[in-house]
Amino acid sequence: MKNKNSLLYEFLKGIIKENPLLILMLGTCPALAVTTSAWNGVGMGIAATAVLIMSNVVISLLRKIIPDKVRIPAFITIIASLVTVLQFLMQAYVPALNASLGIFIPLITVNCIILGRAEAFANSNSVIRSAIDGLGMGVGFTLALFFIGSIREILGFGTFFGIKMPWITDGGLQPMMIFGLPAGGFAVFGIMVAITQKLNKRFYARQPQAVMGCAECPGCINAQTAAVASQVPENLGGPKTTKVVVPETLKEPGVLADHKDANKEESEETK
Amino acid sequence: MKEMLIILFSVVLIDNLVLSRFLGVCSFIGLTKDLKNAMGMSVAVIFVMMVATGITYPIYWSILEPINLGYLQTVIFILVIAAVVQVLEAIIRKAFPPLYKAMGIFLPLITTNCAILGVMLINIQEIYNFGSAMMSSFGAGIGYMLAMFLFTGVRSKMENADIPEFMKGLPITLMAAAIVSVSFMGFKGVIENLFG
Repeated sequence: MKNKNSLLYEFLKGIIKENPLLILMLGTCPALAVTTSAWNGVGMGIAATAVLIMSNVVISLLRKIIPDKVRIPAFITIIASLVTVLQFLMQAYVPALNASLGIFIPLITVNCIILGRAEAFANSNSVIRSAIDGLGMGVGFTLALFFIGSIREILGFGTFFGIKMPWITDGGLQPMMIFGLPAGGFAVFGIMVAITQKLNKRFYARQPQAVMGCAECPGCINAQTAAVASQVPENLGGPKTTKVVVPETLKEPGVLADHKDANKEESEETK
Repeated sequence: MKEMLIILFSVVLIDNLVLSRFLGVCSFIGLTKDLKNAMGMSVAVIFVMMVATGITYPIYWSILEPINLGYLQTVIFILVIAAVVQVLEAIIRKAFPPLYKAMGIFLPLITTNCAILGVMLINIQEIYNFGSAMMSSFGAGIGYMLAMFLFTGVRSKMENADIPEFMKGLPITLMAAAIVSVSFMGFKGVIENLFG
């Protein structure tokens, strides 16, 4: 952990410190929709991890070939192709999981974790580091989905990975259907975010990183929002009144990575 | 007509895009801090959703399906959406400056908004005819707008509330979303009662 250039650091940072789901708030849609059971959550996590590692590797290999101006469409096409391959594999080998995840498999394409990591990391780092970063982020995402899925399955249906939990169903405690419904998804996710932020403050002795959210993910910001913001004439009043205006620190590609490095140094000092 | 109304009511109230299908949650949480942003984003989503459905639906059923390339839908749809967003942005900026002022800044964010791609895929999955597909897209957009507006109101009330320290920020926002989602569960059964 001491050496912030080590591969182990790249791997571990995705798990709590920069957990993509619970700290960076990327990829919330699948996290809420498919986590009605632990197995669904883990399946979704593994699927997203596979695409994330592959897309990080491919984009890192192609980073010097892809022209800067068309990089976002290029990234999206690469990711969409990988997702199509994954969809075929899942249809062939895990048809039940594929059916229960349904539309959220193709929607991995627009999952901001993948485009976000492509833009913020793979586009400016070597192949090995990008693969490790993808693995770490993917494991962090999978763990988060596993916890949310387990809580919702145990409390909502009284089972865990499909196995009945006798001390819930026989102990006079009724399964609470609300946890299986959309409302329960939001509530469990909210509590998980609160807990992770608390853990983060304790272990890293600093405020959690500012929430990015998909609307402000680096993929969207660098490519297009910045271009639009600079093109809107002043009298239209577009950029100056809305909150989507790009933060100064995020305007240039690759700056986000440096920005995070600065935070790391800070956290080590506070230790 | 009755079928259209059933689709409209079910996508707006029962299968609400954000609160029960969980599409577009990121922008739902990110852009509901004030009404102006919520409004701009919702208008842009409705607009792009209708136009993109009008393009992707014929592409799928008249080109991809007959030559057995249906599996390419993800790649094709995401490229169509990206292209539509770029072209729309250019057209609106030239032709309708007031509209551009209201929603222009939100257009680029829509390319990676899962709500759009999700609705395109649902329209194909449900095997709607063209009219129903357009109605489903319109309804989904209206449902998104409704959820955004309701949630903006809830969040503006939360500004002055006394919130426990560890729930501040995102966690309390998600808890509020859970309660708004519970309120939408009350619409279950509205279709049966309205249309028999």
